[in-house]
Amino acid sequence: MQPTRVISRHTKDLDTEYKWGFTTEVEEEVAPKGIDEDVIRYIWAKKQEPEWMLEWRLRAYRYWASLKYEEPRWASVHFPPIDYQGIHYYAAPKSVTGASSLEEVDPEIRKAFDKLGIPLQEQSRLAGVAVDAVFDSVSVATTYQKTLEKLGIIFCPFSEAIQKHPELVRKYMGSVVPYSDNFFAALNSAVFSDGSFIYVPKGVRCPMELMTYFRINSPDTGQFERTLIVADEGAYVSYLEGCTAPIRKSNQLHAAVVELVALDNAEIKYSTLQNWYPGDKEGKGGIYNFVTKRGKALGRRSKISWTQVETGSAITWKYPSVILQGDGSVGEFYSVALVNNYQQADTGTKMTHIGKNTRSTVIAKGISAGHGNNTYRGLIKIMPAAHNAKNFTRCDSLLIGDRSGAHTTPYIEVRNPTARIEHEASTSKVSDDQLFYCQQRGISEEEAHFMIINGFCRDIFKELPFEFAVEARGNLAAGSVPPPDCFVGCRLLAMTIRKRISGTGY
Amino acid sequence: MSHHNGDTRPPMLQIANLHVAIGDVEILKGVDLAVRLGEVHAIMGPNGSGKSTLVNVLAGRPGYTVTQGEVLYEGMDLLRMLPEERARAGVFLAFQYPVELPGVRNWQFIKTAVDSIRRHKGLKELSVREFDRLLQDKVRTMEFDPELIKRAVNEGFSGGEKKRNETIQLLMLDPKLALLDETDSGLDIDALRTVASAVNTRRSSSNATILVTHYQRILNYVTPDHVHILIDGRLVMFGGPALALEVEAKGYDWLRQAAETTG
Repeated sequence: MQPTRVISRHTKDLDTEYKWGFTTEVEEEVAPKGIDEDVIRYIWAKKQEPEWMLEWRLRAYRYWASLKYEEPRWASVHFPPIDYQGIHYYAAPKSVTGASSLEEVDPEIRKAFDKLGIPLQEQSRLAGVAVDAVFDSVSVATTYQKTLEKLGIIFCPFSEAIQKHPELVRKYMGSVVPYSDNFFAALNSAVFSDGSFIYVPKGVRCPMELMTYFRINSPDTGQFERTLIVADEGAYVSYLEGCTAPIRKSNQLHAAVVELVALDNAEIKYSTLQNWYPGDKEGKGGIYNFVTKRGKALGRRSKISWTQVETGSAITWKYPSVILQGDGSVGEFYSVALVNNYQQADTGTKMTHIGKNTRSTVIAKGISAGHGNNTYRGLIKIMPAAHNAKNFTRCDSLLIGDRSGAHTTPYIEVRNPTARIEHEASTSKVSDDQLFYCQQRGISEEEAHFMIINGFCRDIFKELPFEFAVEARGNLAAGSVPPPDCFVGCRLLAMTIRKRISGTGY
Repeated sequence: MSHHNGDTRPPMLQIANLHVAIGDVEILKGVDLAVRLGEVHAIMGPNGSGKSTLVNVLAGRPGYTVTQGEVLYEGMDLLRMLPEERARAGVFLAFQYPVELPGVRNWQFIKTAVDSIRRHKGLKELSVREFDRLLQDKVRTMEFDPELIKRAVNEGFSGGEKKRNETIQLLMLDPKLALLDETDSGLDIDALRTVASAVNTRRSSSNATILVTHYQRILNYVTPDHVHILIDGRLVMFGGPALALEVEAKGYDWLRQAAETTG
């Protein structure tokens, strides 16, 4: 039976509160709808990749095809069957293909990034943040590449890395998330088009934030990006990704894979501000966000830290995880997931302790408003060789209104008796009394919610890179002392929450 | 009521025939009260008489139904205003049970409140330094532990600390009409004196205070212009400060009986 087509489900109402919902008129080159081996070859040819990439893609595709459209259904998210033959798997603005400089890129695309607060031109680019800007399936521009090159740091679009650094890509791609890892990882491995590649050489501390900004523009198009970050011995890098999409009546699929590798004494800090279009008030439209993110703390005393702020998407399905392989390695997961209207989030982490004296920390905050449903799902796994492993987990849920849901599903698997595992959980509700107390002091209901949520998330917001928070706002007066809570959250996020919570009418 | 003989200014607050219910239960059964600028009114009554209901309805707390009557505040129909609009127009309620706001720092909460009200008045938000100076001043006046300013609002505060925190907010927001809902209950004598002196310092011809209390104790430190006795949803008697002492000596029963016989 042909699955029902949901990728272009139409509705009348559009959510006007989503500030990043504009579309850009640009001529795009689009692969025919659907997926088969010819489409894989089409993408491979478009990207002018070497032969080994075609083999890899085809192996992934054949594995995916063997799953017969059976997505994993264990998560507590509900969606109608996705019509995988109704999606374009590749869409690239014509002006980008073959452009040798930013000047050749369609000014509309540059304007779009300006509007998003991510100017790409040399004169106006963000200070202290190098940006790789990805528009639909391709990277448009990467700033500060020259500056970084002097330090031996590679920061480039994934497709460029395949051309210029094939040895590194072949060594690490799929080493953390093999294509057979899961349904969506297999799909991504078959059709991924771009994303970022980062290599920080031995002993180098990357002096600036590296950031990729993902923008979906074209309708009925999936985005399948792939990011690979390798921190060599003693290296440090802080990376940030942001994502937005236009308001579309149809659901759009986003299935990314992110792999991180940290060698001896290396540290990778990975932050996400996920703000894909969440759908309208009735739950129509929005991005299906099925993402596989995993880091391997391979080296001794290496460290991988995930911080995510998930406020967008109709469905979020992601579990940024750490394999703690090196002795003394550290894994961290800090998460805020906000759902409103009919959004669904099933997110959490897996910490797999393999090495001795490994430590992991998990702090997850879920906020549910409207009819939103939020699930924390986590696995703490202590393998037999992991002597003296330690984990601390805390899950807090905040409920707003009386139609939202919060669920916590922690799994703990211990195969070494020296392990020390702590788990704390709490659920609270924004009460009418709390709101009235704020209102009685002249604070609006909207501002009160914002304040309470901001307070609830403070532990997580402080993990976000401060430079970005400042830059993203762009107008913080130089030299002014921020009030204590001013820098806990990036203002982008603050705006999102404010927009999202207002006018929900619960 | 006729006890304002000789004062021809229109009251800042005029409550007329106010009936209020919670669900099907009528709590206030026709309250009339006029409050003029510069006045301090004490409303006394036994538990369950409707004292808290009165001030909470004035502040706009949800959960009450006004079935009859009206309230004019500075010429505005108070009952039609949102709670935050009332607050911005100068109505302040010191809560009997101040609410905890986990994660929200007291400092930030008070700053946000002060700024919201200033914005409403068309004034600029206070700079961090200006705000800090004002706040530190009040913290000292109220003999408040400065550490509590950095903590989450009322979280883990003792009863007395919560009431002092309410009073700091009263001083910071400097409202036209202060409603104090049993601010004196649960306070030791030192705290009671501090809170009372804050009410006294505020006293001026540009504001008014309604003080709701069960006991006469606080009235040893704050001398009200008028004392009203609320029993079973009705204001059954009014008088000067001496009335409070009489209630203290004789209890409420004689007033209750008097109310019943007069119907």
